[in-house]
Amino acid sequence: MTHHHDHDHDHTEPPSDLELRVKALESLLVEKGLVNPEALNAIIDTYEHKVGPRNGAHVVAKAWADPDFKAALLSDATEAVASLGYTGRQGEHLKVVENTDDAHNLVVCTLCSCYPWTVLGLPPAWYKSAPYRSRAVSEPRAVLKEFGTVLDPDIKLKVWDSTSEMRYLVLPQQPPGTEHWSEEKLQTLVSRNSMIGVELARTPESLNEDQA
Amino acid sequence: MKGGHDLGGQPGMGKINPEAESQEPVFHAEWERRVFGMTLATGMLGRWNIDESRHARERQEPADYLKHSYYENWLEGLEKLLLEKGLLEARELQASKLLAESPLPAGLRVPNSEQARKLLRAPGSSLMQAEKTPLYAIGDSVRVKENHSAGHTRVPGYAQGATGIIVDALGCHIYPDKNAHGEHIGEQLYTVRFSAAQLWGPNAENDEVLIDLWEPYLSPADKHQALK
Repeated sequence: MTHHHDHDHDHTEPPSDLELRVKALESLLVEKGLVNPEALNAIIDTYEHKVGPRNGAHVVAKAWADPDFKAALLSDATEAVASLGYTGRQGEHLKVVENTDDAHNLVVCTLCSCYPWTVLGLPPAWYKSAPYRSRAVSEPRAVLKEFGTVLDPDIKLKVWDSTSEMRYLVLPQQPPGTEHWSEEKLQTLVSRNSMIGVELARTPESLNEDQA
Repeated sequence: MKGGHDLGGQPGMGKINPEAESQEPVFHAEWERRVFGMTLATGMLGRWNIDESRHARERQEPADYLKHSYYENWLEGLEKLLLEKGLLEARELQASKLLAESPLPAGLRVPNSEQARKLLRAPGSSLMQAEKTPLYAIGDSVRVKENHSAGHTRVPGYAQGATGIIVDALGCHIYPDKNAHGEHIGEQLYTVRFSAAQLWGPNAENDEVLIDLWEPYLSPADKHQALK
């Protein structure tokens, strides 16, 4: 959690004694035969390179393009997401919450860092930070504003605190003017942050700006 | 237990300052990568469950929990579990050296890389067979009991004493308050909706917070109370 008033992010350069402590622990575990070093690397590789928010973008784009899949996703997300091949740790019980013209959803875990790994990978540092965990429930609109997201006051804001093993994924609204886009192209509009609920999906205009 | 981890609604935590999505790496330092990997790898030994693991991270002085970075709290929890479960000895950890006379517990199965990858993809449900009928149903008003237990719990402090409405019944799930202390029992789990005013007072925004709460956290309440 570090000293938020002094630093920009929830991570600081660790003192070297921390690095040494971690190295020493790893050597102990490997020497004692408690950890297979190749298994350790496989675990890290899985979450650094294989499982990430592109999975979630696939799920969202498919829901936008395919009404039957969307219906299935909203009624049993665990099953629908598994049908695309995404199963595993921290995705055992999934619920997808849909943004509409009247309601916007935001996900937090105030007690730790619960997050749908199978569709989003590991959470960003800010999601695990004390400022987000404390304020997302008590002043969610101020939090959204820090991500540049301003909701109309008439839109109901629903904040989901992930206290159980149920994991929440936000289904953002499909941006207007993308109705006939292919599923592959739609995926480019789905940011990780829009699936946590701190932002809306990207617009076609913002994609053009990025390319310019 | 009330601890540094129970952050919902805590004042004074400052701005979020998120790193741009396209810029942020999964890990910010090599040691974070290793702590993450060691935590999952040793978790696969089956000597502790996820609630024991959460509780191990929480059992710190609140000031320490807040001072530590995220993966430092994981490291604190991991060292604690390794010692408490008898996989490492305190002397070994202090000296960073193995003691010849501390053998491994019998029957320990250490996954190789292929087995580890398979385990990561295997869903491990927290659903359990219900032994009694649910006390509540969708639409019921419930009040969250105060919780002063020193053990692990998943009822956030900010919800205690508040009244809400059950909007979903999620079935019988393993009960963290017992699971963290080695007792494998299930309780009914509900999603309860609270108005922001109910949680934060009359000046709160017109929003709502939805929290998954196990049956023992709840007591029946008057409908009018939840609507306030």
